[in-house]
Amino acid sequence: MPSPAGVGGGIAASTVRVAPTLLKRGRPRFADRIFGTSVSVMGGIVLVVIVGMVVFLVLEGLPAMQHYGFFSFITASRWTPSTAFPNVSHPNPYGILQFIYGTMLTSIIGMIIAVPLAVGAALVITEVAPQRVKGPLSGLVDLLAAVPSVVYGFWGIFALIPAIKPVVDFLTTTLGTVPVIGVAFQGPFFGVSYFSAGLVLAIMILPIIAAVCREVFRSTPRNEKEAALALGATRWEMIRIAVLPRARSGIVGASLLGLGRALGETIAVTMVIGNAVLHINGSIFSQGATMSSVIANEFTEATEPFHLSALFVVGFWLLIVALVVNIVARLVVHRGVAL
Amino acid sequence: MIVKIEARLNRDRPVWRRAAGVRAVLTLMIGGTVLAACGSTSPATSAPSATPTPVCTGTTANPGYSNGLATVSGQATTLSGAGSTFVAPMMSVWTKAYATANSVQVAYQSVGSGAGIAQLQANTVDFGDSDAFMKDSDIAKAKGPVVQIPLVQAPVVVAYNLPGVASGLKLDGDTIGKIFSGGITVWNDPAIKALNPAITLPSTPIAVAHRSDGSGTTAIFTDFMTQTSPAWVTALGGSTTSVGKTVAWPVGIGGKGNEGVSAVISQTPGGIGYIELDYAIAQHQTYADVKNKAGNFVEPCEQTAANATVGITSYPSDLRVDIVNQSSNAQAYPITGLTWALVYQNQTKAATAAALVNFFSWVLTKGQDLTGSVNYTPLGPTLQALCIAQLKKITVNGTPVSP
Repeated sequence: MPSPAGVGGGIAASTVRVAPTLLKRGRPRFADRIFGTSVSVMGGIVLVVIVGMVVFLVLEGLPAMQHYGFFSFITASRWTPSTAFPNVSHPNPYGILQFIYGTMLTSIIGMIIAVPLAVGAALVITEVAPQRVKGPLSGLVDLLAAVPSVVYGFWGIFALIPAIKPVVDFLTTTLGTVPVIGVAFQGPFFGVSYFSAGLVLAIMILPIIAAVCREVFRSTPRNEKEAALALGATRWEMIRIAVLPRARSGIVGASLLGLGRALGETIAVTMVIGNAVLHINGSIFSQGATMSSVIANEFTEATEPFHLSALFVVGFWLLIVALVVNIVARLVVHRGVAL
Repeated sequence: MIVKIEARLNRDRPVWRRAAGVRAVLTLMIGGTVLAACGSTSPATSAPSATPTPVCTGTTANPGYSNGLATVSGQATTLSGAGSTFVAPMMSVWTKAYATANSVQVAYQSVGSGAGIAQLQANTVDFGDSDAFMKDSDIAKAKGPVVQIPLVQAPVVVAYNLPGVASGLKLDGDTIGKIFSGGITVWNDPAIKALNPAITLPSTPIAVAHRSDGSGTTAIFTDFMTQTSPAWVTALGGSTTSVGKTVAWPVGIGGKGNEGVSAVISQTPGGIGYIELDYAIAQHQTYADVKNKAGNFVEPCEQTAANATVGITSYPSDLRVDIVNQSSNAQAYPITGLTWALVYQNQTKAATAAALVNFFSWVLTKGQDLTGSVNYTPLGPTLQALCIAQLKKITVNGTPVSP
């Protein structure tokens, strides 16, 4: 304590004397310029990399796009590289609708499970848990974000799938036999499936959503919470009246950030989705593929005509989907658009 | 299990551990056969008579080839290669032994056959390796004529997970084709029952597992089905689209890499898939005896895979040959394929050319004695001699490297 006080006193006393010296030497302005330039260069590099990436994807995808037509990829849903020939352009053997479907379906399953869990976890951390539990609990949730995705994949194959198999087998024999909606729950269930991928994604995106929600809930003005309590509200009523209404756009924004991660997640999904690329499978308990999983699977051996180029097209559309989600997330978070 | 898989991913596993795995599974297989024999109420002592393929027991003699080319002097001390994951465990053994014996470091990237071809075409590696030979259209994209040299042969096994059923389920090509195209969906299908009258098969649904990534293993396996199963060819829309490193699988679960398929099989009761023998043994998988051209059901192992080239006397001069289901030897395992080293015929650097010729000459002679440690099979003498002759075609700016 004594030394900072001494230094502070010294600075305070010499403020008037030091400032003109600094100005006279002219150093700060030069340093500022260096700093400004180097930061701009760094920022510029990031921009160049991003723009370069888009240009690269388009350029590499161009041969396939020119050969088959720009929109033919997203109107077809059969991926059969073995039937691609250099001189045949119709029908497009590289239909990617089933991958967009797989990406969307697994992400939605993940969101349906993760959002309530994450909001609940964030509420426990900020409002419900006793003070001494909050810190460790918060840290544990953050820890989930540090687990590498390949580990989630292993965990999915060896722990999650055996654990959910009895439950899913029960669902396929009950729900799966109901007319009309049964199609979405049909068996047989072999473990790897859209549903398993969605479950793994749910655990993976939970920490991001929970962390953002936690900060959003923390920003609730204390006096509003106290006012609610003073009016005789229970803790749940206080959360419902004071915390949640203010946090709505924050929760939506957090969820969309989670969705962004779910859309692009590759390795864990590749390990548990079953990689059936041929067509859209109706049942959530059947195998499928996502845009990122097909790229991860096929780029090393993409030797058929236009195969590699078509994988870049998949990458391009994945980027478009992710971009749209991010823009929506930004609008929601910054402008408070209520959905 | 997780630890095991991770260990499997580590291709640099010491040789002695692989050997230990082989021993363990051989014991397991023998145990399984005895059990099966007991099931038919015969005493354990009569088990050998019930074993149809005693050819897989015991060890085979190393070929001990000594027809290698004279060492070319002035070689580079490093070589880089890239390609097939199928050959990667073998290549790892070779490069290690070669570095010890000759202090030449060979760095092999196990990136896949297609990527190996692409890297050779881009001239970023000294040699490539592919489980399917380069087609004329592939060579057209390369920077010059390519010499293709078969290095080793290996069986692809049909592994399955049927609790209560040991190794040795009998399957023929057409049944395999029907299973992998979705025509047969349960294990107690009459077609499978007819081939295995002595085995009680459960009504478990069949979970087909295949490679999700493009693979030479897939090329070998689909080649076999295309030759033997009209049902497979029909389901895939013709014989041009029913064979290749990637095909449009009508049914099944895709696993990434041999380890991915292996994981799917072991995690799914009722699962069936195709993997390298080495992976099947390391993962303690049970696998089928497959009907060969001579009509016998043959167990995959080093010996029966070696028989796959027995009786093939004429090879094309560029050694682009399909050995899958070609031999009419009684004990030939039909789903056996080759892997090819790909080298530019005319090299520009003398040191690299010398190192390439020396390395592959070693691989084709002394290297063939090391194949058993990773459950690969040495080349037969006819093919091996042709491969050595192929090496002589390599030149440096027009002059032969090895006179």
